[in-house]
Amino acid sequence: MNLARAGVVLERNALNYRRTWRGSIIVSFVSPILFLAAMGLGLGSLISHGQHRLVAGYPYLDYLAPGLLAATAMQTAALETMYPILAKLMWDKIYESILATPVRVAEVFIGELSWICVRLLIVTTTFFTVMVAFRVVHTPAGILAIPIAVLTGLAFGGAFMAYSSNQRNDSGFAALNRFVVIPLFLLAGTFFPITNLPAVFQAIAWLTPLAHGVALTRAVTLATPMAPPAALGHLAVLVAYAAVGFVIGRRNFERRLTV
Amino acid sequence: MSTAPSPALIHARGLVKRFGDFVAVDGIDFDVAAGEAFGFLGPNGAGKTSTMRMIGSVSPVTAGTLRVFGLDPATDGPRIRARLGVVPQADSLDLEITVRDNLFIYGRFFDLSAAEARRRADELLEFVQLSERAKDEVEPLSGGMKRRLVIARGLVNEPDLLLLDEPTTGLDPQARHLVWDRLYRLKRRGVTLVLTTHYMDEAEQLCDRLVVMDKGKIVAHGSPRELIDRYSTREVLELRFPADGQPQLDGRLEGLADRVEVLPDRVLLYTGDGEAAIAGVHQRGLQPISSLIRRSTLEDVFLRLTGRSLVE
Amino acid sequence: MAVLQGLRALPLPVGFRAAHIIERNLIHYRRHWIIIFSGFFEPLLYLLGIGYGVGSLVPAIHVPGGQTLRYAVFVAPALMASSAMNGAVYETSFNFFFKLKHMKIFDAALTTPMGVGDVALGEIGWAVARGSVYAIGFLVVMTALGLNASPSAILALPAAMLLGFTFASIGTATTTFVRTWQDFDLVQLILLPLFLFSATFTPISLYPAPLQVVIEATPLYHGVDLIRGLTTGALGPGLVVDVAYLVVLAAIGLTIAGWRMRALLLK
Repeated sequence: MNLARAGVVLERNALNYRRTWRGSIIVSFVSPILFLAAMGLGLGSLISHGQHRLVAGYPYLDYLAPGLLAATAMQTAALETMYPILAKLMWDKIYESILATPVRVAEVFIGELSWICVRLLIVTTTFFTVMVAFRVVHTPAGILAIPIAVLTGLAFGGAFMAYSSNQRNDSGFAALNRFVVIPLFLLAGTFFPITNLPAVFQAIAWLTPLAHGVALTRAVTLATPMAPPAALGHLAVLVAYAAVGFVIGRRNFERRLTV
Repeated sequence: MSTAPSPALIHARGLVKRFGDFVAVDGIDFDVAAGEAFGFLGPNGAGKTSTMRMIGSVSPVTAGTLRVFGLDPATDGPRIRARLGVVPQADSLDLEITVRDNLFIYGRFFDLSAAEARRRADELLEFVQLSERAKDEVEPLSGGMKRRLVIARGLVNEPDLLLLDEPTTGLDPQARHLVWDRLYRLKRRGVTLVLTTHYMDEAEQLCDRLVVMDKGKIVAHGSPRELIDRYSTREVLELRFPADGQPQLDGRLEGLADRVEVLPDRVLLYTGDGEAAIAGVHQRGLQPISSLIRRSTLEDVFLRLTGRSLVE
Repeated sequence: MAVLQGLRALPLPVGFRAAHIIERNLIHYRRHWIIIFSGFFEPLLYLLGIGYGVGSLVPAIHVPGGQTLRYAVFVAPALMASSAMNGAVYETSFNFFFKLKHMKIFDAALTTPMGVGDVALGEIGWAVARGSVYAIGFLVVMTALGLNASPSAILALPAAMLLGFTFASIGTATTTFVRTWQDFDLVQLILLPLFLFSATFTPISLYPAPLQVVIEATPLYHGVDLIRGLTTGALGPGLVVDVAYLVVLAAIGLTIAGWRMRALLLK
């Protein structure tokens, strides 16, 4: 394993990004901010006149923001691991040309992984800055929300990569988006407490990485107390998803690209 | 018994097509009679496709007269198109539906009943030898198969007149011959064919009459034989010299041939007697590395008329 | 034979042949119906997540008409409107562009008696049909959940079709100007704020006055206002304004679409 060669794969993605950044800006930057404004401020002002004036002890905006941070990490991971990887595998044949050089499949995989990390870091840091500007981060420890969100993104990234590298066409992506990404975005604790869901769906929600990511980001930015075992439990779920996802992803990559 | 000639299927006088400042078709006259195979021969950019699109009543005529089936495309477009078959240069096949459905839906565009459209689709797939691919996606078909499908599509409405724009460009020799064979069959059935091409062998093989187009104008017309007889000699002697430059030839080939063309890679001597010419070349001490005596072709006609070759 | 051909070449009124374009789209989607089917779930999820999930945190909404509504009742018609919009726009952006510029199937269609008007109307008609399927489904769900407060709710369906027609016309017109796939990022950039801020999740009165003026100039707001008025029974002259707005915008879109397609396809 030559990390320098993996680094070149990363570099190639960075260069390509200069062409395609516009689309990702929308998902990773414009969209969460608009949601924050429409829901956080708009809906938030409605909520503040009701009996649930404060959610978990905070104004709705403050409650929503960390949830959106984690959710945005998930959507960024989806964006980076679905179409781009399939395109490189099948249509643009980028991997084919890279593998004609000394770079090996495992190094391509690590390179892709690193690129996803870079993107997640950029996106989450940007959104966190917006959160600070909106004054919804209540303690310095809140900055931990960034690595937590990145980890959440990686938890999804691994799983999505495993999925993409098995696809032969893009029809699976619409399904993934509609039946996994969007339901999670709306129902896994970002916009309202999971406890408001029927018991069955609560259980399902807790099986997914997003619910845990949201719980952790919310705990650090709002400085709500969380028992260490609970925190470790949440982290464990995220790490487990990331690890398993990447193991399977790497295996699929090797199988797909080793002729 | 009437002695008046049957009216031309296509009649054009002073036909002009302009795109902004650019004049693609610069005042051309031609007539196409029923039952003949008529060709527009010329290089890319000569104005052939623009002319075809005007005949096809899709592109509006800028100036001049054009009548198809005696009708004016400006006012009777749909009526004309109902009787035309079109095989365009770009495939424009529907990649989202099957091979058979491509033909079926095209038939529906002509307002054929669903049953009739299905029947014709199957018949035509048989005609172009694509029946086994009927239920397949279009994308994986080879270039030759796609072309055959496009030709089949052009026949869905059982047209009296078939327009083909560069029908075999980009095909391998086997595919080309299959296409030519099908076009011969159509000709024997009495379908009028109008085609454009920049391949001289295609023009010579398929066309009864053709016009040579260059830069929007017609520079010659007649049957392939007539054009060759009129604008070229019976034989052509091709000489190739070593790579480090052809020797200075001014005057050295004087009198050996009716006409000499010096091209970048070879020298052409147009003469009635190739053997005599090559003997004369050796007599004058010239040492070509290869020589070839062949018949004149339409390529030579085009070279004579425009100073350029058909395929750049 | 010639007689039959003559009959077939009759200059049928524009629009009759448009049905063939719809037929073609049906043939395609017959095999890919899952795409249409799954598009139905998105507004449903928003209804569950925002309408009920967040709705449990929101007190009753007071609307200008004087009514007090449960939050889910307030949000549902807006989601119905936006699903009609999405159905129409998706169809007339990516899909239409693919057919127009990539496959060039309209060039092929125009070598038959079909005209540009038939093609434009057919594509727009199909987009409306697709949006309407979502609208019908959503209306059924709303009725089943008891979110329709008035019998006038049945009119929400033709209202959604009108909204779909407006967006399909604008979508088609806009796509004729698109040159590369990258340009469609702009579509997303416009659709998202439209979706979020057209009084979808909060009454328009909550926004600062200048923003309200801007919102009232946008089409989805009028669709939301119209459909919400119909499902909640708040019938008033404002709804007539909404209809007029949508009709005018549809006419403009249709005109531009026809002009542009003629310029692109009949050079």
